[in-house]
Amino acid sequence: MSGFKELIKRVKGEIREVNVEQARAAIANGAAIVDVREADEWADGHVPGAVHISRGLLEQRIEDAVKDKAAVVVAYCAGGTRSAFAARTLAELGYTNVVSLVGGFGKWKEAGQPIVMPATLSAEQKRRYSRQLLVPEVGEAGQQRLLKSKVLLVGAGGLGSPAGLYLAAAGVGTLGLLDSDVVDVSNLQRQILHTNASVGTPKTTSGAATIRALNPDVNVVEHNLRLDSGNVMDVIAPYDVIVDGCDNFSTKYLVNDAAVLTKKTVIYGSIYRFEGQATVFTPGAGPCYRCVFPEPTPSELAPSCDEAGVLGVLPGTVGLIQATETLKVLLGRGRSLVGRLLTYDALESSYREYKLRRDPKCAVCGDAPTIREVTDLEWSCHFEPKPVPVGL
Amino acid sequence: MAIEVQLPSQLRPFVGGAAKVSVEATSVGGLIEALATQHAGLRDRLLEPSGELRRFVRIFVNEEDIRFLQDEKTALKAGDTVAIVPAIAGG
Repeated sequence: MSGFKELIKRVKGEIREVNVEQARAAIANGAAIVDVREADEWADGHVPGAVHISRGLLEQRIEDAVKDKAAVVVAYCAGGTRSAFAARTLAELGYTNVVSLVGGFGKWKEAGQPIVMPATLSAEQKRRYSRQLLVPEVGEAGQQRLLKSKVLLVGAGGLGSPAGLYLAAAGVGTLGLLDSDVVDVSNLQRQILHTNASVGTPKTTSGAATIRALNPDVNVVEHNLRLDSGNVMDVIAPYDVIVDGCDNFSTKYLVNDAAVLTKKTVIYGSIYRFEGQATVFTPGAGPCYRCVFPEPTPSELAPSCDEAGVLGVLPGTVGLIQATETLKVLLGRGRSLVGRLLTYDALESSYREYKLRRDPKCAVCGDAPTIREVTDLEWSCHFEPKPVPVGL
Repeated sequence: MAIEVQLPSQLRPFVGGAAKVSVEATSVGGLIEALATQHAGLRDRLLEPSGELRRFVRIFVNEEDIRFLQDEKTALKAGDTVAIVPAIAGG
Protein backbone atom coordinates (compact mmCIF):
# COMPACT_ATOMS: atom_id res chain seq x y z
CA MET A 1 0.00 0.00 0.00
CA SER A 2 1.29 3.40 -0.84
CA GLY A 3 1.29 6.21 1.72
CA PHE A 4 0.13 9.80 1.36
CA LYS A 5 3.32 10.93 -0.36
CA GLU A 6 2.99 8.33 -3.08
CA LEU A 7 -0.71 9.09 -3.47
CA ILE A 8 -0.30 12.86 -3.91
CA LYS A 9 2.60 12.26 -6.31
CA ARG A 10 0.44 9.97 -8.40
CA VAL A 11 -2.54 12.37 -8.34
CA LYS A 12 -0.38 15.31 -9.35
CA GLY A 13 0.85 13.22 -12.25
CA GLU A 14 -2.73 12.70 -13.41
CA ILE A 15 -3.86 16.34 -13.31
CA ARG A 16 -2.72 19.63 -14.79
CA GLU A 17 -1.23 22.27 -12.50
CA VAL A 18 -0.79 25.96 -13.20
CA ASN A 19 1.19 28.72 -11.50
CA VAL A 20 -0.29 32.04 -10.38
CA GLU A 21 0.47 33.79 -13.67
CA GLN A 22 -1.15 31.02 -15.72
CA ALA A 23 -4.16 30.96 -13.41
CA ARG A 24 -4.54 34.71 -13.73
CA ALA A 25 -4.45 34.46 -17.54
CA ALA A 26 -7.02 31.62 -17.53
CA ILE A 27 -9.30 33.65 -15.24
CA ALA A 28 -8.94 36.69 -17.48
CA ASN A 29 -10.11 34.45 -20.33
CA GLY A 30 -13.28 33.53 -18.42
CA ALA A 31 -12.23 30.38 -16.54
CA ALA A 32 -14.47 29.30 -13.67
CA ILE A 33 -12.74 29.48 -10.29
CA VAL A 34 -13.57 26.99 -7.57
CA ASP A 35 -12.34 27.48 -4.02
CA VAL A 36 -12.36 24.06 -2.33
CA ARG A 37 -11.26 25.24 1.12
CA GLU A 38 -13.41 25.25 4.26
CA ALA A 39 -15.85 28.04 5.09
CA ASP A 40 -13.62 29.71 7.69
CA GLU A 41 -10.72 29.88 5.21
CA TRP A 42 -13.03 31.35 2.55
CA ALA A 43 -14.23 33.95 5.05
CA ASP A 44 -10.64 35.16 5.52
CA GLY A 45 -10.46 36.13 1.85
CA HIS A 46 -10.68 34.54 -1.57
CA VAL A 47 -9.98 35.03 -5.27
CA PRO A 48 -12.48 37.50 -6.82
CA GLY A 49 -15.20 35.73 -8.77
CA ALA A 50 -14.54 32.33 -7.17
CA VAL A 51 -17.36 30.05 -6.08
CA HIS A 52 -16.89 28.35 -2.76
CA ILE A 53 -17.50 24.61 -2.61
CA SER A 54 -15.59 22.90 0.17
CA ARG A 55 -13.93 19.70 -1.03
CA GLY A 56 -16.31 17.51 0.92
CA LEU A 57 -19.31 18.87 -1.04
CA LEU A 58 -17.57 19.11 -4.41
CA GLU A 59 -19.17 16.09 -6.10
CA GLN A 60 -22.67 17.15 -5.00
CA ARG A 61 -22.47 20.83 -5.86
CA ILE A 62 -20.10 21.34 -8.77
CA GLU A 63 -22.64 20.55 -11.49
CA ASP A 64 -24.90 23.36 -10.28
CA ALA A 65 -22.00 25.79 -10.08
CA VAL A 66 -20.24 24.90 -13.35
CA LYS A 67 -22.63 23.47 -15.90
CA ASP A 68 -20.27 23.30 -18.90
CA LYS A 69 -17.99 20.28 -18.48
CA ALA A 70 -15.66 21.58 -21.19
CA ALA A 71 -15.18 24.92 -19.39
CA VAL A 72 -11.75 25.78 -18.03
CA VAL A 73 -11.93 25.40 -14.25
CA VAL A 74 -9.23 26.69 -11.93
CA ALA A 75 -9.41 24.85 -8.60
CA TYR A 76 -7.51 26.18 -5.64
CA CYS A 77 -7.10 25.56 -1.92
CA ALA A 78 -4.64 26.98 0.59
CA GLY A 79 -1.49 25.30 -0.70
CA GLY A 80 -2.33 23.18 -3.72
CA THR A 81 -2.87 19.73 -2.22
CA ARG A 82 -6.64 19.61 -1.69
CA SER A 83 -7.15 21.28 -5.08
CA ALA A 84 -5.04 18.56 -6.71
CA PHE A 85 -7.40 15.92 -5.32
CA ALA A 86 -10.34 18.13 -6.30
CA ALA A 87 -9.05 18.38 -9.86
CA ARG A 88 -8.88 14.60 -10.12
CA THR A 89 -12.44 14.30 -8.75
CA LEU A 90 -13.68 16.84 -11.30
CA ALA A 91 -12.01 14.85 -14.09
CA GLU A 92 -13.81 11.74 -12.84
CA LEU A 93 -17.08 13.73 -13.04
CA GLY A 94 -16.37 14.47 -16.69
CA TYR A 95 -14.78 17.93 -16.51
CA THR A 96 -12.13 18.00 -19.21
CA ASN A 97 -10.30 21.28 -18.60
CA VAL A 98 -9.53 21.44 -14.89
CA VAL A 99 -6.33 22.90 -13.52
CA SER A 100 -5.07 23.11 -9.95
CA LEU A 101 -3.27 26.21 -8.68
CA VAL A 102 0.22 25.32 -7.41
CA GLY A 103 0.79 26.92 -4.03
CA GLY A 104 -2.91 27.76 -3.75
CA PHE A 105 -4.33 30.92 -2.24
CA GLY A 106 -1.08 31.45 -0.29
CA LYS A 107 0.97 31.90 -3.47
CA TRP A 108 -1.86 33.96 -5.04
CA LYS A 109 -1.74 36.44 -2.16
CA GLU A 110 2.05 36.47 -2.08
CA ALA A 111 2.10 37.39 -5.75
CA GLY A 112 0.01 40.47 -4.94
CA GLN A 113 -3.03 39.30 -6.90
CA PRO A 114 -6.41 40.81 -5.95
CA ILE A 115 -8.42 39.16 -3.20
CA VAL A 116 -11.91 39.70 -1.84
CA MET A 117 -12.77 39.76 1.82
CA PRO A 118 -16.34 38.48 2.00
CA ALA A 119 -18.62 40.22 4.43
CA THR A 120 -19.41 37.60 7.00
CA LEU A 121 -22.57 36.88 8.88
CA SER A 122 -22.49 37.32 12.62
CA ALA A 123 -23.06 34.29 14.83
CA GLU A 124 -26.58 35.56 15.49
CA GLN A 125 -27.27 36.01 11.81
CA LYS A 126 -26.05 32.48 11.14
CA ARG A 127 -28.60 31.21 13.64
CA ARG A 128 -31.38 33.51 12.43
CA TYR A 129 -31.02 32.57 8.77
CA SER A 130 -29.77 29.01 9.29
CA ARG A 131 -32.73 27.36 7.56
CA GLN A 132 -32.27 29.35 4.40
CA LEU A 133 -28.46 29.23 4.54
CA LEU A 134 -28.93 25.48 4.17
CA VAL A 135 -30.76 26.01 0.90
CA PRO A 136 -28.07 25.83 -1.80
CA GLU A 137 -29.88 28.47 -3.90
CA VAL A 138 -29.46 30.95 -1.04
CA GLY A 139 -26.39 30.01 1.01
CA GLU A 140 -24.16 32.55 2.69
CA ALA A 141 -23.52 34.49 -0.54
CA GLY A 142 -27.26 34.74 -1.22
CA GLN A 143 -27.96 35.86 2.33
CA GLN A 144 -25.32 38.57 2.01
CA ARG A 145 -27.01 39.64 -1.18
CA LEU A 146 -30.40 39.89 0.53
CA LEU A 147 -28.91 41.87 3.40
CA LYS A 148 -27.51 44.36 0.89
CA SER A 149 -30.79 44.60 -1.06
CA LYS A 150 -33.21 47.49 -0.97
CA VAL A 151 -36.89 46.86 -1.62
CA LEU A 152 -39.65 49.48 -1.71
CA LEU A 153 -43.11 48.37 -0.64
CA VAL A 154 -45.66 50.65 -2.25
CA GLY A 155 -48.58 50.25 0.12
CA ALA A 156 -48.36 48.96 3.69
CA GLY A 157 -51.82 47.39 3.49
CA GLY A 158 -53.22 44.03 2.45
CA LEU A 159 -50.41 43.04 0.07
CA GLY A 160 -47.62 45.06 1.64
CA SER A 161 -48.21 43.51 5.08
CA PRO A 162 -47.46 39.86 4.29
CA ALA A 163 -44.82 40.79 1.70
CA GLY A 164 -43.12 43.14 4.16
CA LEU A 165 -43.19 40.68 7.04
CA TYR A 166 -41.69 37.81 5.05
CA LEU A 167 -39.11 39.94 3.25
CA ALA A 168 -38.07 41.31 6.64
CA ALA A 169 -37.92 37.82 8.12
CA ALA A 170 -35.79 36.67 5.18
CA GLY A 171 -33.29 39.43 5.91
CA VAL A 172 -33.80 41.90 3.08
CA GLY A 173 -31.54 44.62 4.46
CA THR A 174 -33.48 47.74 3.56
CA LEU A 175 -37.26 47.91 3.32
CA GLY A 176 -38.98 51.11 2.31
CA LEU A 177 -42.57 51.34 3.57
CA LEU A 178 -44.69 53.75 1.59
CA ASP A 179 -48.24 54.65 2.61
CA SER A 180 -50.10 57.83 3.42
CA ASP A 181 -52.94 56.28 5.42
CA VAL A 182 -53.48 55.76 9.11
CA VAL A 183 -54.47 52.38 10.51
CA ASP A 184 -58.21 51.85 10.69
CA VAL A 185 -59.82 49.02 12.60
CA SER A 186 -61.35 47.75 9.33
CA ASN A 187 -57.81 47.18 8.01
CA LEU A 188 -56.96 44.61 10.66
CA GLN A 189 -58.97 41.84 8.99
CA ARG A 190 -56.08 41.48 6.51
CA GLN A 191 -53.31 44.06 7.08
CA ILE A 192 -51.26 41.99 9.48
CA LEU A 193 -48.43 44.50 9.86
CA HIS A 194 -50.76 46.46 12.12
CA THR A 195 -52.43 45.74 15.44
CA ASN A 196 -55.31 47.01 17.53
CA ALA A 197 -52.88 49.21 19.42
CA SER A 198 -51.81 50.99 16.24
CA VAL A 199 -55.29 52.09 15.14
CA GLY A 200 -55.10 55.82 14.39
CA THR A 201 -51.34 55.89 13.83
CA PRO A 202 -49.70 56.17 10.39
CA LYS A 203 -49.34 52.82 8.66
CA THR A 204 -45.67 53.53 8.03
CA THR A 205 -45.00 54.06 11.77
CA SER A 206 -47.00 51.01 12.75
CA GLY A 207 -45.51 48.78 10.03
CA ALA A 208 -41.96 49.91 10.72
CA ALA A 209 -42.35 49.08 14.42
CA THR A 210 -43.64 45.58 13.61
CA ILE A 211 -40.77 44.91 11.19
CA ARG A 212 -38.13 46.21 13.61
CA ALA A 213 -39.53 43.95 16.31
CA LEU A 214 -39.36 40.99 13.94
CA ASN A 215 -35.84 41.50 12.61
CA PRO A 216 -33.38 44.12 13.86
CA ASP A 217 -31.18 43.51 10.79
CA VAL A 218 -33.68 45.37 8.64
CA ASN A 219 -33.28 49.08 8.06
CA VAL A 220 -36.87 50.32 7.64
CA VAL A 221 -37.32 53.59 5.76
CA GLU A 222 -40.69 55.24 6.32
CA HIS A 223 -42.28 57.11 3.41
CA ASN A 224 -45.44 58.57 4.91
CA LEU A 225 -46.70 60.10 1.67
CA ARG A 226 -48.79 59.55 -1.41
CA LEU A 227 -46.80 59.00 -4.59
CA ASP A 228 -47.20 61.61 -7.28
CA SER A 229 -45.32 62.71 -10.35
CA GLY A 230 -43.34 65.20 -8.28
CA ASN A 231 -41.89 62.76 -5.76
CA VAL A 232 -41.93 59.31 -7.38
CA MET A 233 -38.52 59.49 -9.08
CA ASP A 234 -36.73 60.59 -5.90
CA VAL A 235 -38.56 58.05 -3.74
CA ILE A 236 -37.77 55.02 -5.90
CA ALA A 237 -34.19 56.02 -6.79
CA PRO A 238 -32.39 54.15 -3.98
CA TYR A 239 -34.30 50.88 -4.37
CA ASP A 240 -33.42 47.72 -6.32
CA VAL A 241 -36.94 46.34 -6.60
CA ILE A 242 -40.44 47.78 -6.11
CA VAL A 243 -43.29 45.70 -4.71
CA ASP A 244 -46.54 47.14 -6.01
CA GLY A 245 -49.12 46.56 -3.33
CA CYS A 246 -51.03 49.78 -3.86
CA ASP A 247 -54.80 50.01 -3.97
CA ASN A 248 -55.53 52.33 -6.87
CA PHE A 249 -54.97 52.58 -10.61
CA SER A 250 -53.36 56.01 -10.63
CA THR A 251 -50.49 54.80 -8.42
CA LYS A 252 -50.14 51.59 -10.45
CA TYR A 253 -49.60 53.55 -13.67
CA LEU A 254 -47.32 56.06 -11.95
CA VAL A 255 -45.15 53.30 -10.43
CA ASN A 256 -45.06 51.48 -13.75
CA ASP A 257 -43.98 54.50 -15.76
CA ALA A 258 -41.35 55.54 -13.22
CA ALA A 259 -39.99 51.99 -13.06
CA VAL A 260 -39.79 51.66 -16.85
CA LEU A 261 -38.00 55.02 -17.11
CA THR A 262 -35.47 53.95 -14.45
CA LYS A 263 -35.30 50.28 -15.52
CA LYS A 264 -36.41 48.89 -12.16
CA THR A 265 -38.28 45.67 -11.64
CA VAL A 266 -41.83 45.89 -10.28
CA ILE A 267 -43.35 42.92 -8.51
CA TYR A 268 -47.01 43.42 -9.32
CA GLY A 269 -49.93 42.18 -7.26
CA SER A 270 -53.59 43.05 -7.15
CA ILE A 271 -56.67 41.66 -5.47
CA TYR A 272 -60.43 41.84 -5.78
CA ARG A 273 -62.84 40.01 -3.49
CA PHE A 274 -61.49 36.45 -3.74
CA GLU A 275 -59.32 36.81 -6.84
CA GLY A 276 -55.72 37.86 -7.15
CA GLN A 277 -53.23 38.63 -9.90
CA ALA A 278 -49.45 38.64 -9.77
CA THR A 279 -46.62 39.05 -12.22
CA VAL A 280 -43.15 40.54 -12.54
CA PHE A 281 -42.43 43.50 -14.79
CA THR A 282 -38.73 43.77 -15.65
CA PRO A 283 -38.00 46.50 -18.21
CA GLY A 284 -36.10 45.03 -21.13
CA ALA A 285 -36.97 41.45 -20.23
CA GLY A 286 -40.72 41.48 -20.73
CA PRO A 287 -43.83 43.63 -20.85
CA CYS A 288 -44.79 46.46 -18.50
CA TYR A 289 -48.17 47.15 -16.90
CA ARG A 290 -49.20 49.41 -19.78
CA CYS A 291 -48.43 46.65 -22.30
CA VAL A 292 -51.06 44.57 -20.55
CA PHE A 293 -53.56 47.29 -19.68
CA PRO A 294 -52.86 50.29 -21.93
CA GLU A 295 -55.48 52.47 -20.24
CA PRO A 296 -56.84 52.73 -16.74
CA THR A 297 -60.35 51.56 -16.02
CA PRO A 298 -62.67 54.58 -15.94
CA SER A 299 -63.84 55.13 -12.40
CA GLU A 300 -67.51 54.51 -13.18
CA LEU A 301 -66.59 51.01 -14.39
CA ALA A 302 -64.09 50.20 -11.66
CA PRO A 303 -66.25 48.35 -9.18
CA SER A 304 -63.34 48.58 -6.79
CA CYS A 305 -64.30 52.16 -5.97
CA ASP A 306 -67.52 51.58 -4.13
CA GLU A 307 -68.81 48.03 -4.16
CA ALA A 308 -65.69 45.94 -3.61
CA GLY A 309 -64.74 43.70 -0.76
CA VAL A 310 -61.93 41.27 -0.12
CA LEU A 311 -61.57 37.98 1.64
CA GLY A 312 -59.05 38.76 4.40
CA VAL A 313 -56.74 35.84 3.65
CA LEU A 314 -56.52 36.57 -0.09
CA PRO A 315 -53.91 39.35 0.13
CA GLY A 316 -51.88 36.94 2.27
CA THR A 317 -51.64 34.48 -0.61
CA VAL A 318 -50.99 37.12 -3.26
CA GLY A 319 -48.60 39.17 -1.10
CA LEU A 320 -46.54 36.04 -0.46
CA ILE A 321 -46.37 35.25 -4.16
CA GLN A 322 -44.98 38.78 -4.51
CA ALA A 323 -42.50 38.22 -1.66
CA THR A 324 -41.37 34.95 -3.23
CA GLU A 325 -40.86 36.58 -6.63
CA THR A 326 -38.96 39.42 -4.95
CA LEU A 327 -36.53 37.02 -3.27
CA LYS A 328 -36.02 35.13 -6.54
CA VAL A 329 -35.28 38.35 -8.40
CA LEU A 330 -32.87 39.55 -5.70
CA LEU A 331 -31.09 36.19 -5.59
CA GLY A 332 -31.14 35.75 -9.36
CA ARG A 333 -32.59 32.28 -8.90
CA GLY A 334 -35.35 30.28 -10.55
CA ARG A 335 -37.84 31.27 -13.24
CA SER A 336 -39.66 34.48 -12.39
CA LEU A 337 -43.17 35.48 -13.43
CA VAL A 338 -41.78 37.81 -16.13
CA GLY A 339 -44.10 37.42 -19.12
CA ARG A 340 -46.68 35.43 -17.18
CA LEU A 341 -49.77 36.67 -15.37
CA LEU A 342 -50.62 34.36 -12.51
CA THR A 343 -54.21 34.52 -11.33
CA TYR A 344 -55.53 32.90 -8.17
CA ASP A 345 -59.20 32.28 -7.53
CA ALA A 346 -59.61 31.45 -3.85
CA LEU A 347 -63.24 30.48 -4.26
CA GLU A 348 -62.46 27.95 -6.99
CA SER A 349 -59.03 27.03 -5.54
CA SER A 350 -57.52 27.50 -8.97
CA TYR A 351 -54.33 29.05 -10.25
CA ARG A 352 -54.14 30.02 -13.91
CA GLU A 353 -51.36 31.42 -16.02
CA TYR A 354 -51.62 33.72 -19.05
CA LYS A 355 -48.87 34.79 -21.43
CA LEU A 356 -47.99 38.47 -21.30
CA ARG A 357 -46.03 40.01 -24.13
CA ARG A 358 -44.30 43.33 -24.58
CA ASP A 359 -46.42 45.52 -26.83
CA PRO A 360 -44.24 47.24 -29.47
CA LYS A 361 -46.90 49.99 -29.48
CA CYS A 362 -46.76 50.47 -25.68
CA ALA A 363 -46.83 54.17 -24.77
CA VAL A 364 -44.01 53.86 -22.24
CA CYS A 365 -41.86 50.82 -23.13
CA GLY A 366 -42.75 50.37 -26.82
CA ASP A 367 -40.57 51.01 -29.85
CA ALA A 368 -41.67 54.66 -30.13
CA PRO A 369 -42.67 55.64 -26.61
CA THR A 370 -44.82 58.75 -26.17
CA ILE A 371 -44.45 58.81 -22.38
CA ARG A 372 -40.99 60.13 -21.55
CA GLU A 373 -41.66 61.47 -18.09
CA VAL A 374 -44.09 60.67 -15.31
CA THR A 375 -47.43 62.44 -15.11
CA ASP A 376 -50.34 62.17 -12.72
CA LEU A 377 -53.56 60.59 -13.90
CA GLU A 378 -56.43 63.04 -13.74
CA TRP A 379 -58.72 60.82 -11.81
CA SER A 380 -58.10 58.67 -8.79
CA CYS A 381 -60.03 55.73 -7.57
CA HIS A 382 -59.31 54.95 -3.99
CA PHE A 383 -60.05 51.34 -3.27
CA GLU A 384 -60.69 50.51 0.34
CA PRO A 385 -62.01 46.94 0.34
CA LYS A 386 -64.86 46.19 2.67
CA PRO A 387 -65.20 42.85 4.45
CA VAL A 388 -66.81 40.11 2.41
CA PRO A 389 -70.41 39.58 3.51
CA VAL A 390 -71.01 36.59 5.75
CA GLY A 391 -72.22 33.59 3.79
CA LEU A 392 -70.03 34.12 0.75
CA MET B 1 -69.83 24.95 -30.99
CA ALA B 2 -69.79 25.45 -27.24
CA ILE B 3 -66.79 27.33 -25.84
CA GLU B 4 -66.05 27.57 -22.14
CA VAL B 5 -65.56 31.12 -20.89
CA GLN B 6 -63.90 31.82 -17.55
CA LEU B 7 -65.24 34.95 -15.90
CA PRO B 8 -63.64 37.21 -13.30
CA SER B 9 -65.52 37.84 -10.10
CA GLN B 10 -66.58 41.34 -11.25
CA LEU B 11 -68.60 39.83 -14.08
CA ARG B 12 -70.06 36.84 -12.29
CA PRO B 13 -73.08 38.73 -10.89
CA PHE B 14 -74.21 39.27 -14.51
CA VAL B 15 -74.36 35.52 -15.20
CA GLY B 16 -76.02 34.45 -11.98
CA GLY B 17 -72.76 34.04 -10.05
CA ALA B 18 -71.15 31.35 -12.23
CA ALA B 19 -67.34 31.23 -12.56
CA LYS B 20 -67.66 29.93 -16.10
CA VAL B 21 -70.29 29.83 -18.79
CA SER B 22 -70.61 27.98 -22.05
CA VAL B 23 -71.20 30.03 -25.20
CA GLU B 24 -71.83 28.98 -28.79
CA ALA B 25 -69.31 30.79 -30.99
CA THR B 26 -66.75 30.29 -33.74
CA SER B 27 -64.76 33.49 -33.17
CA VAL B 28 -63.83 35.67 -30.22
CA GLY B 29 -65.90 38.56 -31.61
CA GLY B 30 -68.93 36.29 -31.96
CA LEU B 31 -68.39 34.99 -28.45
CA ILE B 32 -68.28 38.47 -26.90
CA GLU B 33 -71.37 39.52 -28.84
CA ALA B 34 -73.22 36.38 -27.72
CA LEU B 35 -72.21 36.97 -24.09
CA ALA B 36 -73.28 40.62 -24.27
CA THR B 37 -76.60 39.69 -25.80
CA GLN B 38 -77.40 36.85 -23.42
CA HIS B 39 -76.41 38.57 -20.19
CA ALA B 40 -77.71 42.08 -19.58
CA GLY B 41 -75.05 44.37 -18.19
CA LEU B 42 -72.04 42.58 -19.68
CA ARG B 43 -72.05 44.67 -22.84
CA ASP B 44 -71.21 47.86 -20.97
CA ARG B 45 -68.44 46.16 -19.02
CA LEU B 46 -66.78 44.52 -22.02
CA LEU B 47 -67.37 46.87 -24.94
CA GLU B 48 -66.95 50.55 -25.67
CA PRO B 49 -70.08 52.31 -26.96
CA SER B 50 -68.42 52.00 -30.38
CA GLY B 51 -68.46 48.21 -30.05
CA GLU B 52 -64.69 47.91 -29.57
CA LEU B 53 -63.35 45.77 -26.76
CA ARG B 54 -62.52 47.88 -23.71
CA ARG B 55 -58.79 48.48 -23.26
CA PHE B 56 -58.70 47.45 -19.59
CA VAL B 57 -60.16 44.04 -20.35
CA ARG B 58 -57.91 41.30 -21.69
CA ILE B 59 -59.24 38.26 -23.51
CA PHE B 60 -57.09 35.16 -23.58
CA VAL B 61 -57.68 32.11 -25.76
CA ASN B 62 -55.84 29.14 -24.31
CA GLU B 63 -53.54 31.45 -22.28
CA GLU B 64 -52.67 33.66 -25.29
CA ASP B 65 -53.78 37.32 -25.47
CA ILE B 66 -56.00 37.81 -28.54
CA ARG B 67 -54.10 41.02 -29.34
CA PHE B 68 -51.22 38.73 -30.30
CA LEU B 69 -53.54 36.40 -32.23
CA GLN B 70 -56.15 37.92 -34.57
CA ASP B 71 -57.96 40.10 -32.02
CA GLU B 72 -61.74 39.65 -32.23
CA LYS B 73 -61.31 37.70 -35.48
CA THR B 74 -59.47 34.93 -33.64
CA ALA B 75 -61.16 31.68 -34.59
CA LEU B 76 -62.38 29.31 -31.89
CA LYS B 77 -62.54 25.55 -32.10
CA ALA B 78 -63.98 22.85 -29.88
CA GLY B 79 -62.03 22.51 -26.65
CA ASP B 80 -60.70 26.10 -26.62
CA THR B 81 -60.90 27.96 -23.35
CA VAL B 82 -61.53 31.69 -23.31
CA ALA B 83 -60.71 33.76 -20.23
CA ILE B 84 -61.73 37.34 -19.51
CA VAL B 85 -59.19 39.08 -17.27
CA PRO B 86 -59.85 42.70 -16.27
CA ALA B 87 -57.53 45.17 -14.61
CA ILE B 88 -58.03 45.18 -10.85
CA ALA B 89 -56.44 47.51 -8.36
CA GLY B 90 -57.08 46.23 -4.87
CA GLY B 91 -54.21 46.04 -2.46
